[in-house]
Amino acid sequence: MVPSYVPLSYYLLLSGFLFACGVVGFLIKRNIITIFMSIELMLNGVNLSFVAFAAHWHALAGQVFVFFVMVVAAAEAAVGLAIIIAVYRTRETLNVDQVNLLKL
Amino acid sequence: MGGAVNLLAQRHPINSALSLIAVMAALAGQYLLLGAEFVAAVQVIVYAGAIMVLFVFVIMLLNAGEEEETKGSRVAILLGVPGVLTGSVLVAWVVLRHSGTASVAIGGLPGHPADIAQLLFHDFLLPFEVTSVLILIAIMGAVVLASKPEATARKGD
Amino acid sequence: MTANLNLWLIPILPLAGAAINGFFGRKSSRQAVTTVGLFFSGAALAWALLVVARVSSATLPYHEYLAQWIRSGNFSVDFAFYLDQLSLVMLLVVTGVGFLIHIYSVGYMWDDPSYYRFFSYLNLFMFFMLTLVLADNYLVMFIGWEGVGLASYLLIGFWFTKDSAASAGKKAFIVNRIGDFGFLIALFLLIKHFKSLNFDQVFQSVAPMGAETAGAGLLTAVGILLMVGACGKSAQIPLYIWLPDAMEGPTPVSALIHAATMVTAGVYMVSRSHVIFERAPMALTVVAIIGTLTAFFAATIGIAQTDIKKVLAYSTVSQLGYMFMACGVGAFSAGIFHLMTHAFFKGLLFLAAGSVIHAVGGEQDMRKMGGLRSYIPWTFLTMGIATLAISGVPPLAGFWSKDEILWKAYQASWVYWLIGLVTAFITSFYMFRLLYMTFFGNYRGVQADAHGSHGHDTHGHGEPHESPKVMLVPLMILAVLSLLGGLFGIGNRFEHFLAPVFESGAYSQVLGDAASARPMAEDPGGNSMEYVLMGASVAVAFLGWYLAYLLYLKRPELPQKIADSLDGFYEAVVHKYYVDELYAAVFVKPLIDGSTRILWHGVDQNIIDAAVNDAGDGARHVSDEVRHMQSGNLRSYAGWIAAGSAVVIAVMIWMWTGAR
Repeated sequence: MVPSYVPLSYYLLLSGFLFACGVVGFLIKRNIITIFMSIELMLNGVNLSFVAFAAHWHALAGQVFVFFVMVVAAAEAAVGLAIIIAVYRTRETLNVDQVNLLKL
Repeated sequence: MGGAVNLLAQRHPINSALSLIAVMAALAGQYLLLGAEFVAAVQVIVYAGAIMVLFVFVIMLLNAGEEEETKGSRVAILLGVPGVLTGSVLVAWVVLRHSGTASVAIGGLPGHPADIAQLLFHDFLLPFEVTSVLILIAIMGAVVLASKPEATARKGD
Repeated sequence: MTANLNLWLIPILPLAGAAINGFFGRKSSRQAVTTVGLFFSGAALAWALLVVARVSSATLPYHEYLAQWIRSGNFSVDFAFYLDQLSLVMLLVVTGVGFLIHIYSVGYMWDDPSYYRFFSYLNLFMFFMLTLVLADNYLVMFIGWEGVGLASYLLIGFWFTKDSAASAGKKAFIVNRIGDFGFLIALFLLIKHFKSLNFDQVFQSVAPMGAETAGAGLLTAVGILLMVGACGKSAQIPLYIWLPDAMEGPTPVSALIHAATMVTAGVYMVSRSHVIFERAPMALTVVAIIGTLTAFFAATIGIAQTDIKKVLAYSTVSQLGYMFMACGVGAFSAGIFHLMTHAFFKGLLFLAAGSVIHAVGGEQDMRKMGGLRSYIPWTFLTMGIATLAISGVPPLAGFWSKDEILWKAYQASWVYWLIGLVTAFITSFYMFRLLYMTFFGNYRGVQADAHGSHGHDTHGHGEPHESPKVMLVPLMILAVLSLLGGLFGIGNRFEHFLAPVFESGAYSQVLGDAASARPMAEDPGGNSMEYVLMGASVAVAFLGWYLAYLLYLKRPELPQKIADSLDGFYEAVVHKYYVDELYAAVFVKPLIDGSTRILWHGVDQNIIDAAVNDAGDGARHVSDEVRHMQSGNLRSYAGWIAAGSAVVIAVMIWMWTGAR
């Protein structure tokens, strides 16, 4: 039997878990593209929490905001990947540790 | 959840990309359960369909291989991971303690496209327009950044 | 209650002169500087005489309020001047003798390149001294007190390019300071207990207090501390050491500051505070003992000195001892009387000595003088008069004042009297010794010697010559005063004049009994005794004269023989009993060593410098470590962000739960 009511906290915990995975991935991974994907994972987690709250408080604005987040994520992904390509051309590597021109 | 963990576990970025797609699909299902039909549809079409495809393209283009072992930053692992874990544990603890009996009904808030559109074009018109400009700029930027250097140089003279 | 006397003009006029000469003197001609210097000090004298003329005893004491100074709670001190008989006497002495010395200096310092600076300092000194004398409260007096110390330093070290002069100036100022410390503590005690430094207010608060015969109390402490200050300023034991060294300054300075006026400030201050001292018999005894001992001690040193100015310096210390002895036995007016006559004849002695030095081209060693009376007769005449005066030969001024002191001392204790008498004998002896060595016998000096030891006399001259009139006239005026000055005191006239100050009913009511316990000169029973003592001191004066005559004129080979036979003791006397060496070893050297090792190396280098350097080094090291944060490595940045955000979340949760 599917329960009719799901406690809000489940959604929030899941959202938090996804977010945490994203951050950990960001920290652990060395491939820049993988790092980017971790960022997308974080954004997804946040989206989930938005929708959950929207349903909880019966505010449709939450879903609208999810829409916006997705749009921005798309734009950001496009630009980010373009940058990666540009960096790859000069550095020949996708290893983030070797892109350390910001070093003091 | 499994997808998320797998993303971390995989060494080859393409595998991580595929697990991410899996995560997104699962999330789309969650949205449906919450009654956000429009959002779920957009998730599948835009996120999983467009963005991840883009990712896969780039991975293939750059021929990203398995991740090498390089000596990275110790700080990231030593400080960051415990930090994240602490933060999430704290948040979880708060959520669990104070959530009480809050619950969401299945299919709680029907998110008809008509209703969303109503909101989008009335209350959130300005953000809507701004984001469209944002996308435009992003496209231009991506094109410029990703074009070959000789191409831009040739454009210059 | 009376018309405004404008007392403030008296100190301000010399101050104006000092300022004008100080700022503009360098580019001005000698004549201009002279005019300014003489005009302002003369104007001060003129105004002082005017004040005297306009004043009659009925209107004294006179207060002149100038400006508010300190108002703190119920303690207040103002800029104000005060005139009574005591300050009147001091006023006339300071302005009169001061003006004469200004005139004298025109001649003496004429060839000096820093002519203008001398007059500027001299006028400055007059300003401070007059402030001291006319002060209405201890704090304004202290301004003058410190100021004359400063002026003394400036003038002693006038030829500052000379090491010995610069050191002498420093020594004077520093030793003075030590005395000032005592003075200051006395002032603090006064403030604490009487909430005022105003003479009238303090004395009125003190008056009802009984005499502290039982033991040392507040007034005794104040008295002794004030005496410490006086010891510093007036060169008594143990702080007299600066005065002989002060002879490095030009002779007019020695005459004015270290004979006639500044060194008498201590006596004036003690006399002014007589209300306090009369109620603190222990303090008075201390004063008397110090005065008597100093008088005797300094006189013995004077016997063996060969520098003409040093003899006079020790003589000054000795005579000041007499004044303190007088104050110490309660005979304040006698002390002031001697102060006045001493200003006359000691000032004269110094000026004449300057004339002698000028005559022989800068030489100060008496062994190289002799037989000068044919060359410089006027100087000889005036100096002779002064010598008679200081030795106490009647009817000159010194006799009257010194005898008055000895008589009052006898009434207190025959010990004081005896020591005073012996000292008078020694005084007479060394003064006539000076006279004989300088003016009689054969001239032993080096002729045609161009540079004097003090560089002021640059014209070479073949033989000793008399001084210019501008220097001689003041000598003569002072000689007349030394001759006739005693008339002020005949028949206790002086004492009566000062009676309103010292025996004023307002202050000595309670002491009515104590005062009558000490018989005054009017006491009929003591009159014959007084004549006996008078005869004794005259006899002693002539005895000293004769001895000097014997040793230095008749049989000049004797002194050397006596010196040889006394050998070690004689050496000690010549070296001033090695007091300076003792002080140097006990106080000065440990102080300098301690300062070097502890303050310089320990504190300054190891603590302060180290702190600054280490702060700099520390900053550098810290930044060296922190530098590594900026690695350019993306992941480490992310790591920091994650950690930081965890902290922020934690804090927020903590605050949120706390607020709940």
